[in-house]
Amino acid sequence: MNFPIISSLILLPSIGALFLFFINSKNITGIKYVSLFVSIINFLISIYLWFIFDQSSSEFQFVESRVWIKDFINYKVGIDGISILFIILTTFIIPLCILSVNSSIKNRLKEFLIAILLMETLMIGVFCSLDLVIFYLFFEGGLIPMFLIIGIWGGERRVYSAFKFFLFTLLGSVLMLIAVISIYWIAGTTDVEELYKLGIDPKYQNLLWLAFFSSFAVKTPMWPVHTWLPDAHVEAPTAGSVLLAAILLKMAGYGFIRFSIGLFPVASEYFVPFIFVISLIAIIYTSLVALMQDDIKKLIAYSSVAHMGFVTLGLFTFTQQGVEGGIFQMISHGIVSAALFFSVGVVYDRTHSRLINDYGGLVNVMPKYSILLMVFTLGSLGLPGTTGFIGEFLILMGTFKKSFLVAAIASLGVILGAAYMLWLYKRVVFGELTNQKLLKMIDLNKVELFILTLLALSIIFFGFYPDPFSNTYSVSVENFLSEYNDKLNNYNLQNQ
Amino acid sequence: MINLFYISTEIFLSLSILSLLLIGVFKKKSESFIYNFSCIILLVGLAININLNPQSPIDLFNNSYKINYFTTLIKSVILISAFLVMLCSLNYVKQNDILKIEYPILILSSILGMIVMVSSNDLIVFYVGLELQSLALYVLAAFKRDDIFSSESGLKYFILSALSSGLLLYGCSLIYGFSSSTNFDLIYQNSESIEYGIIFGIVFILVGLAFKITAVPFHMWAPDVYDGSPTSVTVIFAILPKIAALTVFINFLYGPFLEMFDQWQAVIIFLSIGSMVFGAVAAIGQKKLKRLIAYSSISHMGFALAGLSVGTNEGIQNSIIYLIIYLIMNIAFFCCLFMLKRENQYFDKVEDLSGLSKNHPLLSLSMMIILFSLAGIPPLAGFFAKFYIFTAVIEQSMYFLAIVGLLSTVIAAFYYIRLIKVMYFDEQKEKYDLNHSLGLKMILVISSTIILIYFVNPNIINNFVSDITLI
Repeated sequence: MNFPIISSLILLPSIGALFLFFINSKNITGIKYVSLFVSIINFLISIYLWFIFDQSSSEFQFVESRVWIKDFINYKVGIDGISILFIILTTFIIPLCILSVNSSIKNRLKEFLIAILLMETLMIGVFCSLDLVIFYLFFEGGLIPMFLIIGIWGGERRVYSAFKFFLFTLLGSVLMLIAVISIYWIAGTTDVEELYKLGIDPKYQNLLWLAFFSSFAVKTPMWPVHTWLPDAHVEAPTAGSVLLAAILLKMAGYGFIRFSIGLFPVASEYFVPFIFVISLIAIIYTSLVALMQDDIKKLIAYSSVAHMGFVTLGLFTFTQQGVEGGIFQMISHGIVSAALFFSVGVVYDRTHSRLINDYGGLVNVMPKYSILLMVFTLGSLGLPGTTGFIGEFLILMGTFKKSFLVAAIASLGVILGAAYMLWLYKRVVFGELTNQKLLKMIDLNKVELFILTLLALSIIFFGFYPDPFSNTYSVSVENFLSEYNDKLNNYNLQNQ
Repeated sequence: MINLFYISTEIFLSLSILSLLLIGVFKKKSESFIYNFSCIILLVGLAININLNPQSPIDLFNNSYKINYFTTLIKSVILISAFLVMLCSLNYVKQNDILKIEYPILILSSILGMIVMVSSNDLIVFYVGLELQSLALYVLAAFKRDDIFSSESGLKYFILSALSSGLLLYGCSLIYGFSSSTNFDLIYQNSESIEYGIIFGIVFILVGLAFKITAVPFHMWAPDVYDGSPTSVTVIFAILPKIAALTVFINFLYGPFLEMFDQWQAVIIFLSIGSMVFGAVAAIGQKKLKRLIAYSSISHMGFALAGLSVGTNEGIQNSIIYLIIYLIMNIAFFCCLFMLKRENQYFDKVEDLSGLSKNHPLLSLSMMIILFSLAGIPPLAGFFAKFYIFTAVIEQSMYFLAIVGLLSTVIAAFYYIRLIKVMYFDEQKEKYDLNHSLGLKMILVISSTIILIYFVNPNIINNFVSDITLI
């Protein structure tokens, strides 16, 4: 009898949330410890899962399948080399989010932690579901807690942002729901493994691909439907921004690999030029927009759009380097953007300002903070020796194989990325200490130091030694691409 | 010899109504007793009804009355929801001075009318049931006699409903004229060739029924009547007649007129799309919760009709699942409304919800679950209701209907989450009373729990309807 390890990974945070529900909300330390405990246990389970995971196999492992809706849908979860990394990213970021609430969340702490733990359940569920309907449930279910996180604990324009986030995402997703149901009637199943084997009739693929794309493009977010992201990021509390940037955006990137490319190879090949064009626009345009921001969080939000542009570019090259680069870039961006938002949260808690002009000369009062922020800035712009470099380098390498022009334009994005990040760093950290409020700033406390150091170490460690990640996903990606090419060749043979 | 045993539910209800009326006339101050006793009668009726569930379909009275699994299920649903409605509105009825002896008796009569409607297999029996139901409801709508809005809503409902009954009756007479029978089975046999008279008749009947379930474009009465009637009557309007009328829709369309599927399908699709879109758009500007729920129910009926428009057993089953989940959500929503009370005054404006989450965390939590479910956000029950409907719709490749329907859910989501915004993001107001009756609290807790954890085992409701095969 196999222990249902994945289901317990999914369920544990919810059980924790249920437990929190019954704790008196005045018992703040109790609430914090319980939620921290639950999320750390979950992290340990996922690390254990990584250890016993067989890296030499490209099959789905630890698969659990159970009848859910009779004669219709099975509850099916499992992981392969790609999804396990996202699960670990999720379980790694959540405890840090919970640690960070100390200073940023003043009221309704219990409800906030319940929402965070529910988000964890839903996000892990997204990354390991092997049935389209189950995937949709987890993917869409995240709307409710995230809407509340932005709306209740957010900044001044939180209502507008929360509504925009909710409606944009919902609008994208309903088309995906139609596509999921259509797949059920076209192929007779919504089981992903089965669908990989059966394949989907090429004549339906383009429309289905577009329906899935509409959902993932909003979530990624891709230009021109990215406008909800800056608003949501700016207004969300620190932990909410971190969740959004580090994990929620990755759900769409993961969806592109697992579903768009995996299920609709013919359509994916057909839409490559389209994806390339909007990815390039995302990279160049949003980098330029980021240059002009005077709000730190907005700047980082736009940089996220540009980085996710690299991800989609890499995934749709269908080369080993490109896809691996895309996955690595997602993991790297998960860590780096989380770190950047935590850093913004640190100064925001002290000054309650997000405007770049209110800062300057921070290095004089917060030396530790300045060093760590340097690491994150460099990680974000992709300096060799950080994780950001490996992702972008692999993506550009894969893209060069496909098209010189696209890669050349995308490389410009790297330069622009360096420009806005370094300029941001210069304006915030260096220069004269003009704002009198900043004189009283205290450097990082223990918890903040712990969070940021941990993130900085992982950025540098995996920047020099990416093997633990790349070993995990390389077999899966290889197999994934060979299946992709087989299906494409079959289709081309039939059409000749 | 007709076997009266099979209609003992109806007989029991009629006898109870008559005896309660006698008790009410001869015994002074018996309002409370009659109200409580009617609740018990509904439960006993439910027990009788479940016990009667026949193994094979039974036809009575010269084939004009039928009892089968489908009708038994719907009758049970009606009786249960009537019981829940009466239980949760008890305090409201007492405090608003509408607890007269007629009140529970009128509810019981309208339930009896609905039950007859559901089982009818003949145009005349059907019409008798429909009128019994409607007449009782006219009086109920105007029950708060001193209130000008209540009288207005009663009058409005009466005039418009009478008009629709007239149309319906005209349709029945056309059908009788062209098929020379009022019996559903005989109509089915006699109307094989497509005649314009029959089609006109169908359209008139559909108009009359669409009026009862407030499908666009026959919805105009709903917001005013919902808003003007006492809330305890609004909850009846929102739930009970819709179950009965939608069942009659099924009985008609998939009974005598099954062969004319091509003719009526377009009408149903039109009603469905109109209701979904209009209900979603019109609710956005509403400031009163009862008007808002009126538009929301218009939109929900559109989804239920979408399931009927596909012409498969799955479509019918999924419509019934939709209806059951809809009624659970609506009962829960009205329970929340009954709890918005301060010093014997009830509140029903959107702004009265402001900051509710700070004063009443549990009430607003369940309200939030209900609203997200009404909006159809997974993993709540309301999502599954829509999911099943669109599964059936897409099976028949009716993509246009599916896309319009799902896009209208996005529009509808806007006003549902606006309520959540008011509750959770806005400034708090005065506290509301906490002394609610146990029944009200129980119903709210149970129904919101069902909505929340429905996804754990969706088969529970699905198993009830999976045996319904009408085609």
